[in-house]
Amino acid sequence: MSRPTYERSVSRRNLLQAGAGLAGSALMAQSFGTPALAVGISDQQPIGTWPAGVQGDTVYIGAAVPRTGTYAVQGEDELKGWQLAVEHINNGDPLLQKIAPKVSKGLLGKKVDLVVADSAAKPNEAVQEQQTFINQNKIILMTGSTSSAVAVALNKFAQREKVLYVTGISGSNDTTGKDCVRYGFRQNFYGETAANAIGPVLLKQFGKNRKAAFMTPDYTYGHTVTKSVNDYLTQNGGWTMVTNQISPLGTQDFSQYLTNIANSGAEFLVNVNWGRDAVLSIQQAKQFGILPKMTLVVPYQIPFLAKEVGPELTAGVYAATDFWWTLEDKYPLAKMFVDAFYKKYNYRPEWGAENSYMSFAIWARMVSEAGTFYPPDVIKQYEKGETFPSVVGDVHFRAADHQLVRPVVIVRGKKPSDMKNNEDYWEVLEVVPGEPLMQKPDAFGCNLGDYT
Amino acid sequence: MVNWANFISQCFNGLVLGALLALISSGLTIIYGTLGVLNLAHGAMFMLGGYAGWLAYSYSGSFIAAVVAGSLFTLIVGLVTERAIIRYFYKRPHEDQLLVTFGIGIVFVETIRFFFGSLSKAVPPPPPLLGITPLGFMFYPTYRLALLGIVAVALLALYAVLYRTRIGMIVRAGIEDSVMVDVLGIDVYKVFMLVFGIGAMAAGFAGIINAPVVSIAPDVGEAILVQTFVVVVIGGVGSFPGAVLGGLIAGEIISITSMFNPGYSYVMLFVAMTLVLVLRPYGLLGTAGRE
Repeated sequence: MSRPTYERSVSRRNLLQAGAGLAGSALMAQSFGTPALAVGISDQQPIGTWPAGVQGDTVYIGAAVPRTGTYAVQGEDELKGWQLAVEHINNGDPLLQKIAPKVSKGLLGKKVDLVVADSAAKPNEAVQEQQTFINQNKIILMTGSTSSAVAVALNKFAQREKVLYVTGISGSNDTTGKDCVRYGFRQNFYGETAANAIGPVLLKQFGKNRKAAFMTPDYTYGHTVTKSVNDYLTQNGGWTMVTNQISPLGTQDFSQYLTNIANSGAEFLVNVNWGRDAVLSIQQAKQFGILPKMTLVVPYQIPFLAKEVGPELTAGVYAATDFWWTLEDKYPLAKMFVDAFYKKYNYRPEWGAENSYMSFAIWARMVSEAGTFYPPDVIKQYEKGETFPSVVGDVHFRAADHQLVRPVVIVRGKKPSDMKNNEDYWEVLEVVPGEPLMQKPDAFGCNLGDYT
Repeated sequence: MVNWANFISQCFNGLVLGALLALISSGLTIIYGTLGVLNLAHGAMFMLGGYAGWLAYSYSGSFIAAVVAGSLFTLIVGLVTERAIIRYFYKRPHEDQLLVTFGIGIVFVETIRFFFGSLSKAVPPPPPLLGITPLGFMFYPTYRLALLGIVAVALLALYAVLYRTRIGMIVRAGIEDSVMVDVLGIDVYKVFMLVFGIGAMAAGFAGIINAPVVSIAPDVGEAILVQTFVVVVIGGVGSFPGAVLGGLIAGEIISITSMFNPGYSYVMLFVAMTLVLVLRPYGLLGTAGRE
């Protein structure tokens, strides 16, 4: 069977026509297209996707989120948080207006729309997808991660493309440390604040000079969180790390690692694995009898962990987290958020969704307060460090590294018999204020880079 | 410093992992050997077996029912897939076969995700196999020990079918020279369909018996697919004994390396594969000339 063939010949005539068209459109763009001219601000040169991305009725946000692979479960929850925030921005929801008072039905008169792609938590895929969104949708904001490897890659990409980036879940110290950028912002807690929040609780509960085995996923998140937690426990409590089992992201059979741990003489299993890696390593630790023989600690909480491994395994486990839904009893905004989320999705949000919602709500606040989408002005608005309300009380951004100063929540797993409903897995023990938990802004080598 | 208790434990881990890889790889290798189709949907079959078994377990509460359901379901899926799709690709280029099986795999995985979501599903081992068994040098999960026996029985059954039955003889003849089998008046397409079904069933069976060890999720077959390809290459394409040997070697390499540095487990596996390809291009037990 012969296939139809298409031949394309370029004649001189075609070429001239196309050339004339191109020249014409360039002229048009110059004369009508630049709102900077229209509003009389002449020092604002086009930058990144601005002003091209804000000329229509709708502005776009690109999300590269894992919907398959090791972090699929958490990615799906994050996505719902973003979708709810976009809906709230567009209809001027009261919750959103508490965080961003100047937002009313859309942002600066524009409708906000979210375009989504599956990153499978892979940095190269996430970057390619955002590049496509920049080309096709002229996105004015990027988000996504659930892997700090992705967050770090998108940080650098954001700085290069001069398009703002708010991280999804990212626990690595590097994201607002050595890999921080002017165009990137992080809402959630991270290795250092998690360690400094959960460390004192562990020392108080279990005492000094204990032996711990660590399980660490082999990338920036795992290494930095393990280091922060281990540093705290060794320096302040004289704990010893007897073994550190480093596994690649997406490991299914942890028997080799668990065998090493079983033979290590550890009393504590500090599991830094995340997503499905955490679920499988904890289930298999039980199979090997390591749990409940050793005490499990989860320094960086994993959404849906208790639901997946069962509350029998998380009962009594200490964890540090960004948000837990029972905070609704303490913070009015948390109650509004949990109610709105439950109404739309029929389950209570975990911290991935909370981080997503807050990241967008804060961005909407900054844009509406700045009164422009022009990226350097929005960045400067973030850097003013103004205090504003959140679902965990008042928070503010640190100008020097673009990290939100926010509390870390310490939770402990409930026994199945203590659960009041089928999502009542964790008990909030403490909400630790954020400022004292953080390293000095330059301690992790942050250098933000240029505005333009 | 080598801790002997740890070393023996890791050898044991390698044996369990290797047995499982051997079972999945044997399915892959007989399909490739007979049909000449590299089945990239094999990992999805492994996953389907797990889900079919989990569903059966949810309704019946019986592990035996789960294993039967997982195996039968993947057998049927295998037969139908061959009849409806794979058959039309025997005469097409290898790239087309890779693309179509890759596509089938994606369709299966995303269909499961659509209906059941990404949350892990656990199938507990049957009650007598719960808990841990003291082996003197260490404690070992009882079900993992049982898994060794279960896989050994399954491999023996597969061996009996391939080497002790008439149909097995035809399949092995097909692996050596399918044109000649056709010339001899045997309906080779019927054999192909059966081989694809049995190969899929081997993966599905492995999928459900592995579920109590690694709880299932839609992506569970993805990682295992890469490892089974390595096993097939090491053992020799189309060789059933090669798949078994390759599986055990791969399992031991991964486990023993991880005792020294887990980061190098997979590096060492690929080093071994490279060595085999350099020294014995047709694999340890493969034969030159097989497609």
